[in-house]
Amino acid sequence: MKKTVLGLVIVGLLAGCSSEQTKPDTSQADAARAAAAKAAADKAAADAAAKAAAEARAREAALAAQKINPLDDPNNILSQRSVYFAFDKYNVGSEYQPMLQAHAKYIEDHSNAKVQLQGNCDDRGSVEYNLALGQRRADSVRKSLSLLGAPEAQMSSISFGKSKPRAQGENETAWAQNRRTDIVYQSE
Amino acid sequence: MNMRRWLAVWLACLWVLWLVPARAQMTIDITGGAATRIPVAISPFAGAGQDYRTVTDVLAADLLRTGEISMVDVSDIAPPIAEPNDPRFGMARARGADAIVLGHVLPQPDGRLEVRFRLMDAVQQTQLAGYSYTVRPDQLRMVGHHIADIVYEKLTGVPGVFSTHIAYIIQQGSQYRIEIADSDGQNPQTVLKSKEALMSPAWSPDGKYMAYVSFETGRAIVYEQALDTGKRFVLAAFPGSNSAPAWSPDGKRIALVLTRDDGSQLYVMNADGSHLKRLTFGGGIDTEPCWSPDSKTLLFTSARDGTPQVYMMPSDGGNATRLTFDGSYNVSTRWSPDGKSFVFVQRMHGQFHIAVMDMASGQAQVLSSGIDDESPSYAPNGKMILYAAEVNGRGELAVVSSDGETHERLSNAAGLMEQPIWGP
Repeated sequence: MKKTVLGLVIVGLLAGCSSEQTKPDTSQADAARAAAAKAAADKAAADAAAKAAAEARAREAALAAQKINPLDDPNNILSQRSVYFAFDKYNVGSEYQPMLQAHAKYIEDHSNAKVQLQGNCDDRGSVEYNLALGQRRADSVRKSLSLLGAPEAQMSSISFGKSKPRAQGENETAWAQNRRTDIVYQSE
Repeated sequence: MNMRRWLAVWLACLWVLWLVPARAQMTIDITGGAATRIPVAISPFAGAGQDYRTVTDVLAADLLRTGEISMVDVSDIAPPIAEPNDPRFGMARARGADAIVLGHVLPQPDGRLEVRFRLMDAVQQTQLAGYSYTVRPDQLRMVGHHIADIVYEKLTGVPGVFSTHIAYIIQQGSQYRIEIADSDGQNPQTVLKSKEALMSPAWSPDGKYMAYVSFETGRAIVYEQALDTGKRFVLAAFPGSNSAPAWSPDGKRIALVLTRDDGSQLYVMNADGSHLKRLTFGGGIDTEPCWSPDSKTLLFTSARDGTPQVYMMPSDGGNATRLTFDGSYNVSTRWSPDGKSFVFVQRMHGQFHIAVMDMASGQAQVLSSGIDDESPSYAPNGKMILYAAEVNGRGELAVVSSDGETHERLSNAAGLMEQPIWGP
């Protein structure tokens, strides 16, 4: 932000300087030359100012966007992206309702947003059953989002089964971390 | 297990390690065994002043793995007994052998080796079998497996499976590989490498093709690959997930699981990918199809009643019958080659064990005692079951005799092994 302000100040000073260069002159030729020079200088100054202002606006917009992207704001519920499940279960717990509600609204409000629901399992038991279970976990989160208003066309689901564990280790803490569906926005 | 047998196994392992030190080889550990075993003496093979113990060591290790045969040590008899008319022939019988394997190796002018062997009844002193093989020196292990097949069948009446192959997934760092190895885990060959997950390798009944699931495009797609040329094609890439391929024993059809319509459901297609037909409906989880030996019926896993259980249905479609009721997690079933029983994974007290169920009585027997035993499959003769076991957080392969008496582990320092499947 500071940089932008500084940039505007400099542009302002330059514009001021260029206007000071146009002193009245008694000779006609000088007057004409001066008028042409003034016009050229004014145009250059205006162009520079406009360009700088546009750049500043773009930078500001980018910075603002970075700052307030609700998906990345740790204080925003939209930064929560995972639904966790019990062993061999795919029902979405009621504690995830506020989070899913927020995502459903965001998806509905942003028609260009596309999300993939990625289902995962802990590494015990059948590879193929876990692949199917992960699909169920992804689909049940998709269904919840759909019921809360997220358009189906903006959502897809996939299962990685037990092939992509987030946590390593053969204990309940690691397994619980791996039994989940991640809400992944496609631009991410 | 007696000391002598331990020593024999240990020496066999040492020998293998010394023979091919450059390769990351499997190590084999055997425990248990049948109450009564057939005592067999194997006279070490030699020829032209050279030692060809590779053949007899592979043979001895194969026979010991069954748990049905014990070894009578005649390795101290020098030179080894090579012919039945050797006056020392009676020594093997005197040491308790019921049968004796004799043989020798004749180097050929072209560098190949002729391996001659006889299986003798030690009591009657009659010949039970006799064969000759002419092979390259690097094929001596294969000869050992072939002789083991013949000896095993002559002594037990059941065909041997030592010259068959196994396939499995090995994960090494971030790389997945499908490998094929000899039945004892040796001589591994890479079928496919990938940075993304590979799953569910399945043999064609003739052993010439392999189907598998690959995530290389970002989602689960089923491929079919010729094992001799490595050429492959996409078998199923429908929208959603494509998985769990299983060849019918008659080679004509492939059952698989698709999510393209409604949940994970069973489908069947011709082996060339044509004529797709949906078999199950309901939108829940139906997966892991497995064919009966006559190709008419499928066993599969379904969670239609709330927990995953084993079901059976006609392979052309129709009503499904539930077969498992004990416990809340019975999955990954495979039909026995005689069609009379099936092996599956049962979760008990938070642990996953291999179990076998007799189809006539519905009685189940637990065969393994690991923490996380998975992916069981029968040897083609039905006498052994290969599965994946987790040992100290590492994936290893394990073999258990179908009576649960003999256990064997195949570990590989190179990587984590899973999803083994016994092939032709």
